[in-house]
Amino acid sequence: MRLLGLGIFAAVIAILPLLFPENYYVTVVGVTMFFNVILAVGLNLFMGYAGQISLGHAAFFGLGAYSSAILTTKFGFNPWLAMGAGVALVWIVSYLVAKPILRLKGHYLAMATLGFGIIIHIFLVQYDTLTGGPDGLSSIPELSIFGWPINSDLRWYAVSATVMLLSILFSLNIVASRHGRALQAVHGSEVAAETMGIDTSRVKVHIFVISAVMAAVTGSLFVHEQAFISPDSCSFFFSIELVTMVVLGGMASTFGAVFGAAILTYLPEFLVVFQDFKVLIFGGILMFIMIFLPEGLFVGLCRLFTHFKQEQKECLTS
Amino acid sequence: MLTIKNLHTRYGPIPVLKNVSLHVKQGEIVALIGTNGAGKTTLLTTISGLLKPVKGSIQFDGVTITKKSPSEIVALGLSQVPEGRQIFTPLTVEENLELGAYQRTSRNDGKAVSKDLEAVYSLFPRLKERRKQVAGTLSGGEQQMLAIGRAFMAKPKMLLLDEPSLGLAPKLVDSIMKTIVSLNQEQGLTILIVEQNARKALAISHRAYVLETGKIVLQGSSEELIEDSEIKRAYLGKDYATITER
Repeated sequence: MRLLGLGIFAAVIAILPLLFPENYYVTVVGVTMFFNVILAVGLNLFMGYAGQISLGHAAFFGLGAYSSAILTTKFGFNPWLAMGAGVALVWIVSYLVAKPILRLKGHYLAMATLGFGIIIHIFLVQYDTLTGGPDGLSSIPELSIFGWPINSDLRWYAVSATVMLLSILFSLNIVASRHGRALQAVHGSEVAAETMGIDTSRVKVHIFVISAVMAAVTGSLFVHEQAFISPDSCSFFFSIELVTMVVLGGMASTFGAVFGAAILTYLPEFLVVFQDFKVLIFGGILMFIMIFLPEGLFVGLCRLFTHFKQEQKECLTS
Repeated sequence: MLTIKNLHTRYGPIPVLKNVSLHVKQGEIVALIGTNGAGKTTLLTTISGLLKPVKGSIQFDGVTITKKSPSEIVALGLSQVPEGRQIFTPLTVEENLELGAYQRTSRNDGKAVSKDLEAVYSLFPRLKERRKQVAGTLSGGEQQMLAIGRAFMAKPKMLLLDEPSLGLAPKLVDSIMKTIVSLNQEQGLTILIVEQNARKALAISHRAYVLETGKIVLQGSSEELIEDSEIKRAYLGKDYATITER
């Protein structure tokens, strides 16, 4: 059942560019959406399943992106090596941050992660000898896989779709494993989880690091695709957008996160026709969804279409 | 099996347990009775490591566990059934039980775990019927069965039960109590049970301690205590027999 959904999704993604190879919404916005999906799926593990909150997730995306950008442009690193270095950096930073921060709960955790995100953003803006300041860094070299350069929209589509599908598969597997159950136990009640013998602080730190590393990889890919990065791409607002994707799609549902990321990527594109009213209508739609489908779009719709309790459970696990 | 010496626990500046000493021998059911706020639950959470004592020592199975983390204590074979059941409502019955075996699945104890799963199902056939059902939809009694079954899945040597009769219909209380006795007699589990329902607790236990405002005020065999005039007055109700057996 879990893999069936993923299979259908993969098939749709594979067929779309064959039908519309030059379509802007498929090959260009599609890539952005795939990146957002990876970020949302990662954040959903931490937020939806483990029941924590992070308002600073864009910082890890930014650290991954800037590591790649700086190491390739200023120090002439191989892009893959730079990506590896970025992932290692985020691994260490997120681990060090997680240890003290994850002792906090609820609003306090939100504040702490928010603060962390802002610190990283300020650092990227201020430390301009390295980061290029508010102007950012440009002419970042392209990626290539064994001499096959990823230099067209279609190629980026294929690469980012592959990484995204792997991340969804990864998330589905985690959730179905004992680690996934432990996350949901921590979400349910930390005291009860402790009495099961679950080391709750370790479980939380692990999932935080995993979701930060997923963001770092995405940031690194993003920077090579865009060939440009500025602090705007990893500001506080992007963190909020990621949280919105997770909540909108439906917390504690991997496909919910996919759904949320897809909508938050495409909706603003389609609303362009409304020009000045774009933001107003966008906000209205979000409010409408949260009022009428408070469990999120994916989970809510899934419940509408299935009446049996058995299948309702599937809405939450997939 | 469990030895507690001169235990002091406090919440911030407020002392809760004052010089509590007790012991539980292997194969015993020991009851801990007392009124609201006496410190019964505090004592259990201190034993299971969720709260750290200020002074005193706790020994389990020859190991000092006073400073150990809850997960290390579970690994030593001491499992708690927390107050108010605390089951994971969005997960299914079976997933809850699998969570109970959390530490064992990491040690690739797969076969033994599925055997114990069957043991829990034969102990509580109701849970087997509802294995794929979301745990939040169970009745109170079934949730209590699930909480006990879940603790059993950790393959403990000793169980700490916190108010298993809380909020259950009298008929269900009897059946839960029977299960506790059979866990003790058939599975050889040592049990420390905290109860407000003093009569039931004394009926199934070998020995008992009475806790009053953080101090042990009375101890002895359950048979003696149930006849004790002070216990009768304070916990069983004055003239209990004349009222109920009229």
